[in-house]
Amino acid sequence: MGVRIQTKDFDAGAEIAALRRGNPKIGAVATFIGICRDTNDGTAVTKMTLEHYPGMTENALEKIVAEAKARWDVMEVLVVHRIGELKPADQIVLVVVTGAHRGEAFAACEFIMDYLKTRAPFWKKEETPQGARWVEARASDDEAAQRWEPPKSSAA
Amino acid sequence: MKIKVVYLASLREQLGKSGEDLEISPATSTVAGLRALLMARGGAWQASLAQGRALRVAVNQEMAQPATPVKPGDEIAFFPPVTGG
Repeated sequence: MGVRIQTKDFDAGAEIAALRRGNPKIGAVATFIGICRDTNDGTAVTKMTLEHYPGMTENALEKIVAEAKARWDVMEVLVVHRIGELKPADQIVLVVVTGAHRGEAFAACEFIMDYLKTRAPFWKKEETPQGARWVEARASDDEAAQRWEPPKSSAA
Repeated sequence: MKIKVVYLASLREQLGKSGEDLEISPATSTVAGLRALLMARGGAWQASLAQGRALRVAVNQEMAQPATPVKPGDEIAFFPPVTGG
């Protein structure tokens, strides 16, 4: 299990191999890789800068990983998130979850990404032909995270 | 009491400041109180911290609510909704 924030790129194959090494009980590896796109909201994006809140970001990610491990029967979890300047087609984030079976690994991986998008303090600033702009949070990301919340008792 | 305030991302740019050490009255005992105190500076402070603006607050690097207490030595961070991943 690990959480890393770094400016340099990552090699998903090498990370997966390291996570699997010496553990023949692993039967499934679920991964997610987020990539910088060349357009957003209909505008060309030439560059992106990712900012974080040192200390809090690591803690928030550790907490998300711990919750995923508590909720699903998975083995190892790795989250690598890049910061600094990125260009279109650059990798931004890697989530790897290993487990005995795919169902738990898929669910934990998706949960981690949905929570990362709404709870981990990162911010993206895009360079566009019209100038720089901060990326706005999306309601669809909040909705994606909410589906993992335990059902609340109805007050109405 | 002495506290540390941190401003991040678009908020840092709007306020022209990444953070500051403040000496505040113990009467300012919550996140909401601190926000009101900062808004009273007027200008960009009033506009960027206004109620209704999507804003998140962390106290000692844990997500906080308006009623979260502010104590001596705390680090309070103001920032917009997150957009990583």
